[in-house]
Amino acid sequence: MLIKVLPILLILALSKPVMAKNFVYCSEGSPSSFNPQIVTDGTSVNASAATIYNRLVDFESGTTKIIPSLAESWEISKDKLTYTFKLRKGVKFHTTKSFTPTRDFNANDVVFSINRQRLPTHPYHNVSGGKYEYFDGMEMGKIIKDVVVLDPMKVQITLNQPEAPFLANMAMSFMSILSEEYATKLQAAGKMAELDSNPVGTGPFVFQSYAKDSAIKFSSNPSFWGKHGNIDKLIFAITPDASVRHQKLKTGECQFANEPSPADVVEMKKNSQLVVMQDAGLNVGYLAMNVTKKPFDNVLVRQAVNLALNKSSYIEAIYLGNAKVAKNPLPPTIWSYNDSVKDYEYNPNKAKELLKKAGLANGFDTEIWTLPVSRPYNPNGKKMGELMQADLAKVGIKVKLVTFDWPTYLKKASTGEHQMLQMGWTGDNGDPDNFLNTLLGCGAVTSGSNYSKWCDKKFNQLVTDAKTTPDTKKRTAQYKEAQKIFKSEAPWVTIAHSTVFKAMAKNVKGYKIDPLGHDVFTTVTVE
Amino acid sequence: MKFFSRKFLTLVTSLLGISFICFMLIRLIPGDPILNLVGERGIDPVKYQEMKKALGLDLPLITQFGIFVKNALQGNLGTSIVSSNGVWTEFIERFPATFELGMVALFLATIIGIPLGIFAAIKRNSFFDYFLMGASLIGYSMPIFWWGLILILVFSVKSGLTPVSGRIDLIYDIPTFTGLYLVDTLQSVVVKAEGFKPFLSALSHLILPSIALGTVPLAVIARMTRSSMLEVLGEDYIRTAKAKGMSKRRIIFIHALRNALVPIITTLALLFGSIITGAILTETIFSWPGIGKWIVQSITARDYPVIQGGVLIISFIIILTNIIVDLIYYLLNPKMRS
Repeated sequence: MLIKVLPILLILALSKPVMAKNFVYCSEGSPSSFNPQIVTDGTSVNASAATIYNRLVDFESGTTKIIPSLAESWEISKDKLTYTFKLRKGVKFHTTKSFTPTRDFNANDVVFSINRQRLPTHPYHNVSGGKYEYFDGMEMGKIIKDVVVLDPMKVQITLNQPEAPFLANMAMSFMSILSEEYATKLQAAGKMAELDSNPVGTGPFVFQSYAKDSAIKFSSNPSFWGKHGNIDKLIFAITPDASVRHQKLKTGECQFANEPSPADVVEMKKNSQLVVMQDAGLNVGYLAMNVTKKPFDNVLVRQAVNLALNKSSYIEAIYLGNAKVAKNPLPPTIWSYNDSVKDYEYNPNKAKELLKKAGLANGFDTEIWTLPVSRPYNPNGKKMGELMQADLAKVGIKVKLVTFDWPTYLKKASTGEHQMLQMGWTGDNGDPDNFLNTLLGCGAVTSGSNYSKWCDKKFNQLVTDAKTTPDTKKRTAQYKEAQKIFKSEAPWVTIAHSTVFKAMAKNVKGYKIDPLGHDVFTTVTVE
Repeated sequence: MKFFSRKFLTLVTSLLGISFICFMLIRLIPGDPILNLVGERGIDPVKYQEMKKALGLDLPLITQFGIFVKNALQGNLGTSIVSSNGVWTEFIERFPATFELGMVALFLATIIGIPLGIFAAIKRNSFFDYFLMGASLIGYSMPIFWWGLILILVFSVKSGLTPVSGRIDLIYDIPTFTGLYLVDTLQSVVVKAEGFKPFLSALSHLILPSIALGTVPLAVIARMTRSSMLEVLGEDYIRTAKAKGMSKRRIIFIHALRNALVPIITTLALLFGSIITGAILTETIFSWPGIGKWIVQSITARDYPVIQGGVLIISFIIILTNIIVDLIYYLLNPKMRS
């Protein structure tokens, strides 16, 4: 058979087209939508917010520092309740096959973009399912009181209460600015859903086409208002298998591979044609103990579990050395990280003593739920579970490992059926509130993201106060104090902050790893 | 006429049964689409109930099933919870990719498998026969995931002969006409602008996945042809033909093969079904945007409408294929008609 096809193959090999200033990004999955307001997964954010859209404020490339974007500047009132944004002049929306803008970006676009998510009565609210998980999850509906146009180039947002992380929220992908003119045009034509499938934005790349599960094509935005690299055509080649992405990178079929598997990274680093970048991830992997269940309602037991786990041994075995042992619930790259907190050392004898004190000298039987999906914060939940099982057996705690598929895992965890479970988090906006309050606040017990169901009055007071405190110094002190309480109360075993990797061809320049995990190609150049 | 009405009844009852089982099974597995959408973040119970209501998931199961059947009868298969697109739209965008790959794979398997099987049967117990049967056993038991990656390593990475994955070189924009790239790349607009390069690109992208997908059917067809041929070659009428001094070629191709083909056609029909549903691994390795991957993704996301609708359409296609095969039998075999 080979003899039959060989001549064809040779012809094909010779007819391979040459790529010029095309940038092919091997992405890991298909976007669920091109509207960043309704998506929550990184895959969809990369294909929408990071390419097509801008926000009023943005994160500076490679940092979580907030910089002007579609807003040139902003003023915050003394009572911290009113934010007035001065908008950038001369910003053009994309011209696409189905839309040619007749006016520049203005305040109406801002009001439209926020109100679609905020007001259930808005004509676009229920389009594409009407689910705004991020907007709701960050409680923007409760935070924002009103959005008004002061003049075409000025927008005022008033809040119900002071909210320190508000600007950081405004830089998140779900606050992307959509064209009100395009929306009105589509509404008149009765094609409202196209706003989310045929996107028009102000960002560095113009959406061209999407072939389902295959490829997304963008072209460079010729009238982009900001700094731009030299990519003419940006193509997302959807390649779900990590080892295939690696092979495509090797043969030059793509210039950038997302989420390389840790096992491939070793080989990639040896390849002189490739560059592997790495950075501390904005994440944490942890083991949550359900404090509403016996014996984890007893702080001595929780501390004993902390002492019994040999965390540093997991770093090599699970993360292949590409992680740091975590002692706080937030990663060290976030401001207000309390480095003076002392972690529980690995000490099985001390753990046994504590168990004895708690009246459990003979140990007890319990369950650990192991993470069923591979995440940067925990690439192999099952293996980690086995190591934990062995560690805990040494102090007399007999662990049964349990797991479910991901939707089941989430469902059962949300109703608190677990005793101990592996979980983790990747930050959304670089604010400490996004870790401490979102994952450990009392409000999060009902909203579902506090998996240890731990509600400590003192801790909660500190993090909710800090949320409304404008003074960063004061907030820092509050968060530092909260981390101390967390450590002594030990609702979790903090396990690791993992390193993230990005692999690309040697000729790709100017890429910076985004701490929030998105891939931004605005200023990337191909040599 | 009786034949048709009986087949039609089978079709309807099978589809109803499959839909019911699929509908209930997917809901028996814990986990739900809303919680999967929010992930680690979790969701407020009040908001959760609101969303459940909006999706109609708060209704009793039997009511939900009734609504599904009623809508399906009117041609409405529902809307994907994840993407908010219609299930039919999503299916039709992906099916041509699966169909094209499946047909090419099955074609390769047939044109290679049948001659090999015949040859092995004629040269029974020769070295070639043993070699071929051994090789087909290996082909049959090879894990597709591993085989696909080996093909990529040898033909794409080491020798650069074929592309690693995808359906076509991404620099080409091919207007959709049939969704089959081998056809669409021959449209006059495309040929005028780019010549035959897009066609060759689509063809070269098909080589590795169709080998990977066609390996198991090839092994099955070769073995099936061999045993079927051996059986026929042992029949009395073949001996008679030989005794009458008929040429060997004539005996094999006219008298033996024709009769041996009947069970092979049945096998082909069954393989068609497994190729349409079983391309999941091949589609994943070669980033092939087909329906296998689509269904699997929708199961992990608990996207109920996609699972129900997708399974219904696929079952319809497979049952219909089997009916057509039965019909061919009916027309070919005079015994059945009487």
